[in-house]
Amino acid sequence: MDTFLQVLTNGLMLGGLFAIVSIGLTLIFGIVKVINFAHGEYLMVGMYLTFLLATGLHVHPYLTVAAVAPLLFVLGALTQRFLIQPLMSARDEHVQIFATVGLSTALMNLALLVFGADIASTPSSGLRTSLHLGPVRILLGQAVIFVVSIALVAALHWYLQRTQTGRAIRAVAQNRDAAQLMGINVNWIYILTFGIGAACVGLAASLVAPLYPTQPTSGTYFVLIAFVVVVLGGLGSIGGAFLGAMVIGLIDSLSGFYIGSDLREVAVFGVFLLILILRPSGLFGRKNLAHVSP
Amino acid sequence: MLELEAVDAGYGATTILHGVSLNVQAGEAVTIIGGNGAGKTTTLRTIAGLIRPTSGSIRFEGQDITRLEAHEVVELGITLIPEGRQLFPDMTVRENLLMGAFRRKAREQAEATLKEVLQLFPRVAERLDQIAGSLSGGEQQMVAIARGLMARPRLLMFDEPSLGLAPIIVEQVFSVIDRIVETGVTVLIVEQNVHHTLKAADRGYVLENGRIVLADAAEALLDNDHVRQAYLGI
Repeated sequence: MDTFLQVLTNGLMLGGLFAIVSIGLTLIFGIVKVINFAHGEYLMVGMYLTFLLATGLHVHPYLTVAAVAPLLFVLGALTQRFLIQPLMSARDEHVQIFATVGLSTALMNLALLVFGADIASTPSSGLRTSLHLGPVRILLGQAVIFVVSIALVAALHWYLQRTQTGRAIRAVAQNRDAAQLMGINVNWIYILTFGIGAACVGLAASLVAPLYPTQPTSGTYFVLIAFVVVVLGGLGSIGGAFLGAMVIGLIDSLSGFYIGSDLREVAVFGVFLLILILRPSGLFGRKNLAHVSP
Repeated sequence: MLELEAVDAGYGATTILHGVSLNVQAGEAVTIIGGNGAGKTTTLRTIAGLIRPTSGSIRFEGQDITRLEAHEVVELGITLIPEGRQLFPDMTVRENLLMGAFRRKAREQAEATLKEVLQLFPRVAERLDQIAGSLSGGEQQMVAIARGLMARPRLLMFDEPSLGLAPIIVEQVFSVIDRIVETGVTVLIVEQNVHHTLKAADRGYVLENGRIVLADAAEALLDNDHVRQAYLGI
């Protein structure tokens, strides 16, 4: 029983990790309607920034979030303004997807050029200590990620529901033309949303870097799971992405322990495909993918 | 107040408006009538800044607005109630109305404007907390008009406000428009329901194939042979 509880807890912690790296992706997709294939590389850039700041300034990696999140905001905003926006009028929206694929490759190779292929290890600063909660053990760093991922979902929900700008963001997602007729600057909302989505990744990066090795391909490891989580949650749904992340985390952990750790990914993607066949709009998505439901 | 001079506009390579000139004076209710595809909607979308004219000019209260973006046009006090209502379907009626007051000059008075506007629309007042997408077509049109008023516009443009509505609802929509005109808001209406709209308006333009072919007082247009034959079926 204790083992089962431990495996379950591990699953939830993993879910928190998947959630925090996915939320920015689903936000950007839900509002800007762009699938950002450079999402993983945003995370990688954020992890390198965390590494550089934490080792250079000798500060706790968590403190670097004060710089990493704003820097990623700028990276996201610039992506939207100078890469996506000029392509918005393109007849074929796939052009934007290819542009983000290009950005992904460019960022990865830039990292390879600057940092080399070696692993950069951000100091774990005590985040690898185990907490004992009754019969289960959790790494401090994992517990923090879990709690912060919930807080992030709640904060975004509040922002989108309760603030004037948040309402404007939802308005743009639901009806772009009508939003313009209300006096909303749609291009500005897209830039802001892309920035917020990327800043969420920045936050994730500062929490992930102390626990996982940083290298140019770090992003690709997480981004595949992030796409699964986002599709499972119903594209564009923030709450859905969180729940989707929990589902995937639990499947990963349970199958890894009870079936065999080699078969974890088979289980995860098997269940993913099964759910997609049965419910094409995702577990928590609605038929119309165009709307954001935080 | 509003002046279009020799405006050409369209979508991509297709020109729909050919040298459209018209004007609206402060306090007037003006209508543009015409058949399907004549360019009525294009005219309103061009004024609203959703379509950029390829030539000609648009002036509003002396200011050249030809090249302004849609959101900048709204800030000046021009509001378009678009064809097909275009509500935010997943928002409540209240949220939709508050979005209408997004314009800077309307934002601070939003709550006060809401009270005023709801007096015109008792049915909307009953449904404030419902999701807009769940309302009937007639109710949605009322919300769309109320949302337009929330901007406290100086010029309010209606694009086919009666389209797709049951006859009894059409009567209600036009009685609301009449009352809005009475309050002194300048109004520009585009309609296929020619009889109703000429009754409600002071002046009218007839648009055919993207060209203004006739301009006169609304009453005179009601008696005009061409209008009677082509649009009133008399």
